[in-house]
Amino acid sequence: MTEHTLRAYDEELHDLSQLVAEMGGLAERQIRASIDALIRRDKDLAASVITADGEVDALERRIEELAIQLIAKRAPLAGDLREIVAALRISIDLERVGDFAKNIARRYTALGSESDPNQLMRRVEQMANLALVQIRDVLDSYVRRDATEAMAVWKRDEEIDALYTALFRELLTYMMEDPRNITFSTHLLFCAKYIERIGDHATNIAETVNFMIKGELPQGTRPRGDLSDAGVV
Amino acid sequence: MNDNSPASGSLTTQKPHLGVREHEGAKQPLSEKVSVKDVCFFYGESKALKNITLPIYERKVTALIGPSGCGKSTLLRIFNRMYDLYPKQRAEGEILFDGGNVLDPKQDLNLLRARIGMVFQKPTPFPMSIYDNIAFGIRLYERLPKSEMDDRVESALKRAALWDEVKSKLGTSGLGLSGGQQQRLCIARTIAVRPEVVLLDEPTSALDPIATAKVEELIYQLKNDYTIVIVTHNMQQAARVADYTAFMYLGELVEFGETRQVFTKPTKSRTEDYITGRFG
Repeated sequence: MTEHTLRAYDEELHDLSQLVAEMGGLAERQIRASIDALIRRDKDLAASVITADGEVDALERRIEELAIQLIAKRAPLAGDLREIVAALRISIDLERVGDFAKNIARRYTALGSESDPNQLMRRVEQMANLALVQIRDVLDSYVRRDATEAMAVWKRDEEIDALYTALFRELLTYMMEDPRNITFSTHLLFCAKYIERIGDHATNIAETVNFMIKGELPQGTRPRGDLSDAGVV
Repeated sequence: MNDNSPASGSLTTQKPHLGVREHEGAKQPLSEKVSVKDVCFFYGESKALKNITLPIYERKVTALIGPSGCGKSTLLRIFNRMYDLYPKQRAEGEILFDGGNVLDPKQDLNLLRARIGMVFQKPTPFPMSIYDNIAFGIRLYERLPKSEMDDRVESALKRAALWDEVKSKLGTSGLGLSGGQQQRLCIARTIAVRPEVVLLDEPTSALDPIATAKVEELIYQLKNDYTIVIVTHNMQQAARVADYTAFMYLGELVEFGETRQVFTKPTKSRTEDYITGRFG
């Protein structure tokens, strides 16, 4: 796209999109670190995730301030307006993603060390890896302004949902086998739910990227694989 | 009865051209009040408008936007044949208005301009009292008893949201009003003759933000009864007041559509470049 007659406007829009990319990168690292902390029971790493959540929140505030300034100063229209609205929406999604990473890090202590079934932890890790790919790909689609890539992310959320449903079923069985497993399983289930929610936010961002580029929201209903609330597990 | 309701007389003996169709996203079927069909306009040898085809929907606000020299004011001035005042200017094509062609040489221009009123960029009150500024136009077309004329003046001033500010000084000169009040006086003068279409040529470009807001509020109220076409350089104003927006460039119509679509998701890259300030 050609440049604005007002160069400062271009610079501000560029700054805004840089901040979103920076916030996305930080959110990605937070998820990775929180899962590592959970699996390795790494107290220091968990603490660092909890501390760094403040940086995610601070970036959200900076994006919000800049977006509000841009709206007030430039009265944006068409593609510029969509760009600014997209930055605001994505920053809200990323802030929630950051919160989920923090929550996972907090749960690590509650999991305790007495029981640690490898198979279940591997499933959580598998879910987290998928969620990370989703977040990474959707942020790439934002940076590259690629609506096709964004929509591919949107369609792929089903896989995380399906893994979550499977894990939910396994944890139920594990709890039924021995009530002593309930505490551990419940905390792990929360972690899995946080990861599943991270996937949902990736799809929200995908919708926003599509809107930013094409000016329209995706048609139809997103494929959904989480059946844990449907009584079929 | 609404004292300022649009005139019911037909411009010609032909049946009105309805052109009714269901427009995407609109709740009511839209009727084309004015239909611009393949219109070209010439200043001497220079072609200022190139084959413009555009609907002007009844009781809607249509904004014409585009950079200086794109032909938007030229198009506006064709609607009521203002160009007839200048030699070597001519229009081709058709502008259908209730079935008749505005460009027909046999067109009664006085009647046409009573039915299609115009307000200019700079307020142009006549050097006479506020009352006579309104009554002047009415007297051109109608002979009314004093009491009825008083009612018409009051009603026009009320519709133009000016009555409360001037009711105690109707006998004083219209030139003594502020710029914003003068512009609303001109709008009152235009609607006093009960037009069906009101053309506004950058009506707020000389006004401060408060006066601009009052005129915009007035436009919003007036569209219940009138079909309005506004030329504006202010993108936000077009976005605020218009139901439909036409973007013109170098004498051509680049894009026409619902305002919400044109300003959030224009279909042409030239429209996007212009409204986002990336032009040239």
